[in-house]
Amino acid sequence: MIKRAHGFPGGVHPDYHKELTAGLALEVPPLFERYVVPVAQHIGSPAKVIVDKGAQVFKGTVLAEPSGFVSVPMHSPTSGTVKSVKNLPHPWGPSMLAVEITADGEDTPDPELPRLNHETASIDELRDFIRQAGIVGMGGAAFPTHVKLSPPKEKPIDVLILNGAECEPYLTADHRLMVESPEKVIAGAGILAKILKVKRICIGVEDNKPDALSALEKAAAGQADMDVYSLHVTYPQGAEKQLIYAILGREVPAGGLPMDVGVVVQNVGTASAVWDAVANGIPLIERITTITGRGIGRPGNLVLRIGTLVEDVVRWRGGISDDTIKVVNGGPMMGMAMSGLDVPVLKGSSGLLFLERDEVEQYHHYPCIRCGRCVDICPMKLMPCIISYYTENEMFDEVESLNVTDCIECGSCAYVCPSSRILVHHMKMGKAEVIVRRRKKAVS
Amino acid sequence: MSTNAHPISHNLLVSASPHITSGETIPRIMYNVILAMLPVCLVSIYYFGYYGIKVLVLTTLFCVGFEYLWQKMLRKPVTISDGSAAVTGILLALNLPPSAPWWLMLVGSFLAVIIAKQLYGGLGYNLFNPALVARVALLISFPVHMTNWIQATPLFSGVDAVTTATPLGILQTAIKTTGSIPPEVMAQVNPSSQNMLTWFTGHMMSGSLGEFSALAILLGGLWLMYKKYIYWQVPVTYIGTVLIFSGIFWMIDPTRYAHPLFHLLTGGLFLGAFFMATDMVTSPVTKKGLLVFGVGCGLITCLIRMWGSYPEGVSFAILLMNGLTPLLDRWFKPTVFGQRKLYEETK
Repeated sequence: MIKRAHGFPGGVHPDYHKELTAGLALEVPPLFERYVVPVAQHIGSPAKVIVDKGAQVFKGTVLAEPSGFVSVPMHSPTSGTVKSVKNLPHPWGPSMLAVEITADGEDTPDPELPRLNHETASIDELRDFIRQAGIVGMGGAAFPTHVKLSPPKEKPIDVLILNGAECEPYLTADHRLMVESPEKVIAGAGILAKILKVKRICIGVEDNKPDALSALEKAAAGQADMDVYSLHVTYPQGAEKQLIYAILGREVPAGGLPMDVGVVVQNVGTASAVWDAVANGIPLIERITTITGRGIGRPGNLVLRIGTLVEDVVRWRGGISDDTIKVVNGGPMMGMAMSGLDVPVLKGSSGLLFLERDEVEQYHHYPCIRCGRCVDICPMKLMPCIISYYTENEMFDEVESLNVTDCIECGSCAYVCPSSRILVHHMKMGKAEVIVRRRKKAVS
Repeated sequence: MSTNAHPISHNLLVSASPHITSGETIPRIMYNVILAMLPVCLVSIYYFGYYGIKVLVLTTLFCVGFEYLWQKMLRKPVTISDGSAAVTGILLALNLPPSAPWWLMLVGSFLAVIIAKQLYGGLGYNLFNPALVARVALLISFPVHMTNWIQATPLFSGVDAVTTATPLGILQTAIKTTGSIPPEVMAQVNPSSQNMLTWFTGHMMSGSLGEFSALAILLGGLWLMYKKYIYWQVPVTYIGTVLIFSGIFWMIDPTRYAHPLFHLLTGGLFLGAFFMATDMVTSPVTKKGLLVFGVGCGLITCLIRMWGSYPEGVSFAILLMNGLTPLLDRWFKPTVFGQRKLYEETK
């Protein structure tokens, strides 16, 4: 039975535009000639390259090793040779160290790929295997999954929430995954629950995806302690704290993490990747990416190798219109605008969005007129307009006192702002400055 | 759809997220406010004809003109098309007596746009409602011209304009001279069906241009609430506070204090509660702050009306609360998500 979740305070209702791709089945592109795998694709320290120029690699060969606890390895998306290891364009802005691979077209899997019997493996073996498979959160933030699966002893976890909300407009990657491979999501959730030693699993899906809800319900049938929840269609329903609040009514304390209320949240895509890794031995070398927007020739939901260049995908999908002015890595609310198409698809690239000139605000700023909308809809109940003014004037004590560090950067404030103020930018600036000051204070 | 064979040659726009907006803009808000003021403007034109049109048009033109001149002089971008100067102009016009001479409007527009708005830094930076600053400054500087009321008579009715006092003025004069409400005044202060109709439609009343017809103001106010350009918090608490406060005193001594409905429907309360206390720039940004703001406006209005030296207290009340707005924003912040105590798990 599908249960109905509560809502959460605040939030907005943007135009979802999901109809562009929601009904399109997953497609697999042909092999391209060149792949670029950056060492920094996740939150945490970048991986360390262990292959040299000219090395022969196979599909799944480790290219870079984790450099700390909050770090994961990178794998080769296909077989071929390492063309170079150098700084190359990256979706996040500046060029970053990456391994460039020339594909040989054979796509031969690495014969030495590690395997695991997931039924007999211990919890530590499972967790380590997930890490060695390079798995990170697939929802967009790309936080290493094994870290989330290692809660400290003093924080007992009793619920695992699978996040299938996909509240970002345009994106339908998770939607297609849930419709086409619900059993993989459910099986992956079982592995995650085993590692966390939790009984109860809740799966949350916004109720604009009835087919995904019923597919999951069918796949989860007969599993005790597994509930499918239909969520209100409100952005940002998929934000961890809002999702936990909507499903369990638990409020993650300010500055805290979901584990503070006994919850771990994982994206449905992550669960599926976990299953692929532990059951089939496939490391994280591909993901589902929604390629969409008015600007792209043929929108669709694509299974892309990580490291695929955006320009290759664009050519395959019929090019972009002359009016395309903005290309976003991720969704329109939280994704990053990219300066070029010569960048690779990352582990966290849930979407590639091509917006045309008339869809994009050509930032014409007005001063804040204190209308209070941002305060009204902020899902974290902050005061973005006031924080923005303080940030502009570099009054960071005030910025800190207004709890800027609780901002989840969901973008709802800037979305509703009638003055088109760059509120998220100011929040991020204020946050960064406050964190730096705290560190300095801690050191002195 | 035309496609580009060499997509890399594109110049792409890079900016912080989010990449879509709700499409809401300041001009849209301002023009909706103007639309909401249309009913009350039409009522004043209906009653005062030439006088009404003259005050409304001249004041609006003066305000927009001053903004234009100021921005030209300072070589700033000219923003008169955003509609905010026009809103100030119309609001000021609604706060002037229909008989106001042109120079009074000129001085008022200067005070509103230059002194109360541009000197503070322009749109969004002013602490006090510009139209009210101008009204109060004019009231203190030119009391005779600002209280030269003429009676509202329908257009083409053939009745000559008659000078008369406002209902609140009549009440205050009566109480000041006799200590209680004499019978002939009581007849005008009672919420009889005849009087109620007068108060709602403004027929044969007198006062500032926008003080007629609570009905017309309510219409515009409800439109703004429906469009979510104003929140219910201010008008409801403001009018509610006046209702309760004046109601208590009316119950204590109906011979000294007027009926609460009289306080509600005559004078500038509705205009103030729906169009001036709700001004976004000069009211708090939080819901809790707005509630306190509204209650404060109501209390000060009653205090001035009942015991002050002016018959009407709406302008002063709102201006005083405008001054408190930065503090209200500080005192009544929303509770940050995660700072309440944990809720029990609900099944």
